[in-house]
Amino acid sequence: MSGGVDSAVAAARMVEAGHEVVGVHLALSRMPGTLRTGSRGCCTVEDSMDAQRAANIIGIPYYVWDFSERFKLDVVDDFIAEYAAGRTPNPCMRCNERIKFAALLEKALDLGFDAVATGHYATIVTDADGNRELHRASAWAKDQSYVLGVLTQDQLAHSMFPLGATPSKAEVRAEAAARGFSVANKPDSYDICFIPDGDTRGWLAERVPPATGDILDRDGNTLGTHDGAAAFTVGQRKGLQIGTPAADGKPRFVLEVRPISNTVIVGPKEALAIKKIAGTKFTWCGVAPAHPEIAFDCDVQIRAHADPVPAVAQVVPLKAGSSAETSASRGSGATTELVIIPAEPLTGVAPGQTAVVYLGTRVLGQCTIDRTVSAVSAVAVDA
Amino acid sequence: MAIYLDHAATTPMLPEAIDAYVRAMGVVGNPASVHSQGQNAKRMLEEAREQVAASLGCDPIEVVFTGGGTEAINLGIKGLFWARQPRTRILVPGGEHHATMDTVEWLDRHEGAVVEWLPLDAVGRIDLAAVAQSIAANPDDIALITCLSANNEVGTLQPVAEVAALAAAHGIPVHVDAVAAYGHVPIDFHALSQAGVAALSVSAHKIGGPVGIGALALSRRATVEPLLHGGGQQRQVRSGTQDVAAAVAFAVAANALHDLPAENARISALRERLVVGVSSAVPSVVVNGDPDPQNHLPGTAHFSFPGCEGDSLLFLLDVAGISVSTGSACQAGVAEPSHVLRAMGRSEVEARGALRITLGRTNTEADVDALLAALPAAHVRAARAGLADRMPGR
Repeated sequence: MSGGVDSAVAAARMVEAGHEVVGVHLALSRMPGTLRTGSRGCCTVEDSMDAQRAANIIGIPYYVWDFSERFKLDVVDDFIAEYAAGRTPNPCMRCNERIKFAALLEKALDLGFDAVATGHYATIVTDADGNRELHRASAWAKDQSYVLGVLTQDQLAHSMFPLGATPSKAEVRAEAAARGFSVANKPDSYDICFIPDGDTRGWLAERVPPATGDILDRDGNTLGTHDGAAAFTVGQRKGLQIGTPAADGKPRFVLEVRPISNTVIVGPKEALAIKKIAGTKFTWCGVAPAHPEIAFDCDVQIRAHADPVPAVAQVVPLKAGSSAETSASRGSGATTELVIIPAEPLTGVAPGQTAVVYLGTRVLGQCTIDRTVSAVSAVAVDA
Repeated sequence: MAIYLDHAATTPMLPEAIDAYVRAMGVVGNPASVHSQGQNAKRMLEEAREQVAASLGCDPIEVVFTGGGTEAINLGIKGLFWARQPRTRILVPGGEHHATMDTVEWLDRHEGAVVEWLPLDAVGRIDLAAVAQSIAANPDDIALITCLSANNEVGTLQPVAEVAALAAAHGIPVHVDAVAAYGHVPIDFHALSQAGVAALSVSAHKIGGPVGIGALALSRRATVEPLLHGGGQQRQVRSGTQDVAAAVAFAVAANALHDLPAENARISALRERLVVGVSSAVPSVVVNGDPDPQNHLPGTAHFSFPGCEGDSLLFLLDVAGISVSTGSACQAGVAEPSHVLRAMGRSEVEARGALRITLGRTNTEADVDALLAALPAAHVRAARAGLADRMPGR
């Protein structure tokens, strides 16, 4: 129970469904803020109190479990390291993968609980053989199946999402108000919970000291300098501060960030189109496909709020020393990678992002993108 | 009905204290008023003060009522520090209650105090040789020494008179935090003040009185600067309209301490049953504090369960209807690893696996047996959960 409206309603619904329910708030910071501010919706003492007040009204016991050390190691430090390596990490996904449905779930099972229920908007379907499938929520606008794409069959078997079938967030808020929860109108949380003022760039700059480096075009010509490569995101246009215009007068975009050489590669918008993405760190959500080595049709989604696009996916062997080997896969011991080819080129894709693969509404699996292949140049991007 | 084994956190109010509290709240009159209703309130207040003084072995004039133990400790420490300026040093043992630690750290940050932390031995007792050594370093610059008379987590009794004697040789005032000891071991403030103790803090709710009132026993020979300024009540030391009803209820609880020896014998026997039972149910358990019954609080049993989070055990026992504590301070609902065990030289793992069980007037053998019945299953689960939430990538 984060102290938000979703988990409060989820807990109440679990009680009404006849479960024996205990409210657990995760302490994720050793030094939590006292009062919630701005876009935050969790992690402060006030949020913890909000969660406890909701538990009081529901009539369930409430405890705070301290995962601050694991959260720092598995989520915050990982976020910093990924960023320093020029990738674009998703800390919420990492938190689901390693904290909420790993550390928390494992501790809960050890202590005698059967499952962890959360206020995520997603649906778990049990097939005829008793296997769990993760599906999108009924309310597609609030659907959170993307950030749950890392869950495995075993984790799904011990997870419950009581809000998955709710038609809209408005209904959840109305239900919260009817139940007398003080958080019925609490704003949704956005951004990253451990960055108090929402200034992700500033927060990262304090932890990954930026150094001046070159801005290059695709042919390796120096166009200007930057104050730190890691601060740039693939697809970014603003803030490049290149004095001379491009030959064709069109704006330039960040195509690639190379943290090791501390360089930023820029080029025309067309060069952002990605025709192929691949990654060695992939997992199946629920039952794995019988023959993933045979190309199969699917939909791929590359951001939490992006639209899914039709694609063909396939697991292929990884040959050492091949162009497919990347800084992320090298030394990882991986022998295969998941290759996804969208039907139309994608834009705004960067290494470190997660590609979630769907079959209709079902989440089939996910992979962390190690490399992308541009639709206009044959050069693969490897962070 | 939950079984309550956390009497050191707070203990149920005595029914007769509740009755007296309610009756006294119905009486109108400010004890500072001159009219007869004010005089009646003043009479109730001073009778209460006499009874509390009797329980502390001090004169009524030496009892300063406060808003609780924390305020008494703040008044004792800050008040003595300010009255002793320009002296800067404060000697304080590790393993004190947060009311003391946070107060001296505040004085360090804001008032130029130089705080010197003194070591504890393996059972949590102040090291007198270290006290003597620290005093000898520069006795003239010591503003005060403060120490617990019994550790609130592990229950070890402290050599308060010996500390006071070391201090008295140099005219250094000593403040004693007796909040955990009050009601469990006799307190003779007259004897302590003869030995050099200037002030001693207690709290009513630890002995069956109400929350929200405590007292500082302040020697008539000692001077403290007040924290609160206003009407000049209580010899100018603690301004603010006095809470007659709370004082009356406090006094009822203080009077009930007359049967202390008999009750202590009963509680000690319960504790023995508990410690033997826990050690037999979980052979790996470590019993913390001084093993000699003469040297620890009769109702306090403090354990380390290696490989377990105290938090997990607390949760599992709570679900089984038994209320216990990890003993250490909470930050936003999260128990910190015990700083007392750390000060006693224990590992972080032992400090994380701490559980404090404190017995009181309302407990019986059946309560202890219920805990012993629930513990094995809880321990198995807590051990399985282990310290996993601390270790990544399990």
